[in-house]
Amino acid sequence: MVTSLRGNEAVAYAAKLARVEVVAAYPITPQTIIVEKIDELISSGEMDADFIDVESEHSALAAAYGAAAGGVRAFTATSSHGLAYMYEMLWWTAGSRIPLVMAVVTRAIGPPWNIHVEHADIMSTRDTGWLISMAENNQEALDLTIMMFRVTEDPRVYLPGIVGLDGFILSHTVEPVELPDQETVDEFLPPRRQPYVIQPREKIAMGNLVPDEYFEELRMDMHRSMARAREVIREAGREYGKLTGRSYESLIDCYRCSDADVLVAGIGSWMGDAKIAADMLREKGIRAGVLRLRWIRPFPWEEVREAAIGKKLVAVMDRSISFGHAGPLFLELSSALEARPSMVGVPAGIGGVDISYEDIASIVEHAYSLVEEEGRVYIPAYWYHLGKFHPMPPLEHPVRGEKLREARR
Amino acid sequence: MAINIRKLPKEKYVMPGNAACPGCPETMGFRYLGMALGDKAVVVIPAGCSSVIQGMWPRQGWGLPVLNIVFAAGASAASGLARALRRRGVDAQVVVWAGDGGTADIGLQALSAAAERGEDIIYICVDNEAYMNTGIQRSGLTPYGAWTTTTHRGKKEFKKPMPQIVAAHRVPYVATASVGYPWDFIAKLRKAASIRGFKYIHLHAPCPVGWRFDSSLTARIAQLAVETGMWILYEYENGRLRLNPPSNRLLDPSKRKPVEEYLKLQGRFRHLTEEDIKKIYEEIEANWREIRAMLKLQELEEQDKL
Ligand code: SF4
Repeated sequence: MVTSLRGNEAVAYAAKLARVEVVAAYPITPQTIIVEKIDELISSGEMDADFIDVESEHSALAAAYGAAAGGVRAFTATSSHGLAYMYEMLWWTAGSRIPLVMAVVTRAIGPPWNIHVEHADIMSTRDTGWLISMAENNQEALDLTIMMFRVTEDPRVYLPGIVGLDGFILSHTVEPVELPDQETVDEFLPPRRQPYVIQPREKIAMGNLVPDEYFEELRMDMHRSMARAREVIREAGREYGKLTGRSYESLIDCYRCSDADVLVAGIGSWMGDAKIAADMLREKGIRAGVLRLRWIRPFPWEEVREAAIGKKLVAVMDRSISFGHAGPLFLELSSALEARPSMVGVPAGIGGVDISYEDIASIVEHAYSLVEEEGRVYIPAYWYHLGKFHPMPPLEHPVRGEKLREARR
Repeated sequence: MAINIRKLPKEKYVMPGNAACPGCPETMGFRYLGMALGDKAVVVIPAGCSSVIQGMWPRQGWGLPVLNIVFAAGASAASGLARALRRRGVDAQVVVWAGDGGTADIGLQALSAAAERGEDIIYICVDNEAYMNTGIQRSGLTPYGAWTTTTHRGKKEFKKPMPQIVAAHRVPYVATASVGYPWDFIAKLRKAASIRGFKYIHLHAPCPVGWRFDSSLTARIAQLAVETGMWILYEYENGRLRLNPPSNRLLDPSKRKPVEEYLKLQGRFRHLTEEDIKKIYEEIEANWREIRAMLKLQELEEQDKL
C-alpha cells in the first residue's frame, strides 16, 4: 500500500510490522514523532506492545535491553544528547550480544543548542559494536528498520543495530512510502532468535566478570560477527527485494559509478541531492557518480574499494568532524581506499546548514579542478561553509601546487 | 508470619566458593532471598559487591538467573525484563538486588521512575553503607561520622532517608529489613512477592571489610543496629506504617541499648568524639520521632473513623 508518511512515522510503522513487543523511550526532538506514533498505534489497538515511558534515555535503552534479554523484540529511538546519554548502555547491549533495534534521528549535539542535522551523534556510536545503517529517504528508513531486526537476530550476528535518518530532512518530511503488508513482513522476519533468555530456572548470568583472555576473545568474536554480518545483510537485502521489489543487496548504493571519474561519497539524505548534482555535472562534461554508504558498520570496504577503482577523485562529504583530524567518514574511506585516488574531505552542512545540489556540484567541480591542475591531491578537511572553502589543518598536507596555498592565504 | 525452618527450601542459591569476603552480609541476604522466593526469582544486579561475588566466568556464585547491568540502570532494566516475561506468560518475580550507591546515588533516578510507573518488581537495596567494592568510599547512605576512604575525618552528613523517599511515591509496599533478622526479611520478601506493583525492601547489611569489624560478627552487629535503634524494622503497606519486632518495643528510648555498644565494635567509628556521639543520639531520636508521629496520625485517623 502506498501512502504518505513522515520519516519518523515510517520508522514507527516498521516497528509495528516487525511485531515489536516492548518499546521504551524518552522524548527528544526530532525523534519524538516515532514514539508518539507508536504509542498512538498501541492505544488504538493496532499494535500489540508494551510502551515504557521512562525518565531518561539511559533508562530507555536499559529497559529495552531488559525486555530483549527477557526474550521479546524490543525497540527504542533517540537523537543527539539522548544518544550521548545512552552511551554506556550502547556498549552494554552490544557486549551482551543482545539483538535490539534503535532508530537514531541524526541531530547536532550542543552547545550551542541546535536541533538540526549533524552526524556527530550517529558517528560516535561506531566503536560500540552496533550495526549502523543510514537511510537516504523515508522508504529506506522503513525498509532498513524491518531488515535490521532480521540481521541483528541472525545467529551469525547477534548484535544490536541502529537505523539512522536525518533530523527534519527525513524525520519531519512527508514522502510517498510503500508500506508492506503484515504477511509479507511475517514471511521475511522469522520469530525472534537470541543467544540467551533471562528467565526463571535458567541459572545463567549475563554480563558478569570474565578473565582478561576471554574478554579479548569475546571482543574478537564481536569483530568476526560484524564481518559475517556483511553476508547476512546481503542475503536479507536480496530476500527483501524478492518480497517487496526493493532490493538492498548491497551495503552501498552506487549511482552512475561505473563510468565516473569523480565520486561524491557520503551517507544520509543529502546523497539524494548528490545524485542530482552528478547529473548536472555530467551535462557539464564532468563524469560524476555518487557512492552512498547504506551501512557504516559493518564497514562496506569491499564494495567501496570496488566502486573507487580507477577513479580520479573521491570527494567525501562529512556532516560531522573529528576535531583535530578530519570528517569521520573521510577517515573511514581514506583507510579503505588507501588514498589511491585523489581524496578531498569536505565537512559541510553541519548544524543543519542548508546544502543544495548546486552546492554539491560546485564542491565537486572545485575539487576536481584541483586534481586536474595539480595531479594527485589528498586533502583531509576542506571545509565548505556558506559557499566558500576553508582549508583546515593539517596545513602541511601533501598537496602539490599553488591553488590550495592561495586559498589558505 | 510464622515461618517454619523445616519448610524452607533446601535448594542452595549461594554457591560455595564464591568471591565474597568472609562474613559477607550480601551472601547472607541472598540466601534468604532464595529461601523466600525460590525458583521464581530472576535477579537484576547493577554494579556493586554482588557483581563481583559471582566470581569469574564460567563460574557463577549466585544460584539464580542474573542479569548484570550498568550502575545506573537496575530499576530500568528490571522494568523491561518484567514486562517481557509477563508478555511471554512466564511466572517470574523480577528482583533488583542493588547496593546503597546503586540505589540512593547513581540509581535513584531510575528507581524513582520505576516506582512512579508502578513496575511489577521487588527492588532490594542491600545497604552496606558505602561503595565497598571500589574500596570503601562514601555514599549517600553512609551514616554520620563514619570513616570511609573519601571521608577520612568522618562523614559530616546524615544518611539519606531512602525508605521514606520511596514510600513518598505511594507504592504498595516498602519495608526495612536486616541480615540479622532472617525470618523478618523472608516474611517481607514473601509478602512483597504476593503484591502486584512496585515493592521496595531496604536491607541493612553490615560489612566487615568496610566497617572494620571481625568477620564473625556480621549478624551480631546487624542485630545491635536494631537493638540500639540505629536501624528500625518497619513496613509501609499501602501507606500504613507498622513497626516490626523487635523494633516495635523500642519506641520507648529506655528500651534501646546504648548506641556506643554498636559503635565501639566498628573501626569506622573509632575516631568519634563525645560531640559526634551526641549527634548520633539526636539523629536516632529524630528518626523515631518521625515514626512516632506517623503512628499517632494513623491512630487519630482510626479514631475519626470510629
Ligand atoms: S566488601 Fe563487604 S559487602 Fe562487599 S563482598 Fe566484602 S564483605 Fe561483602
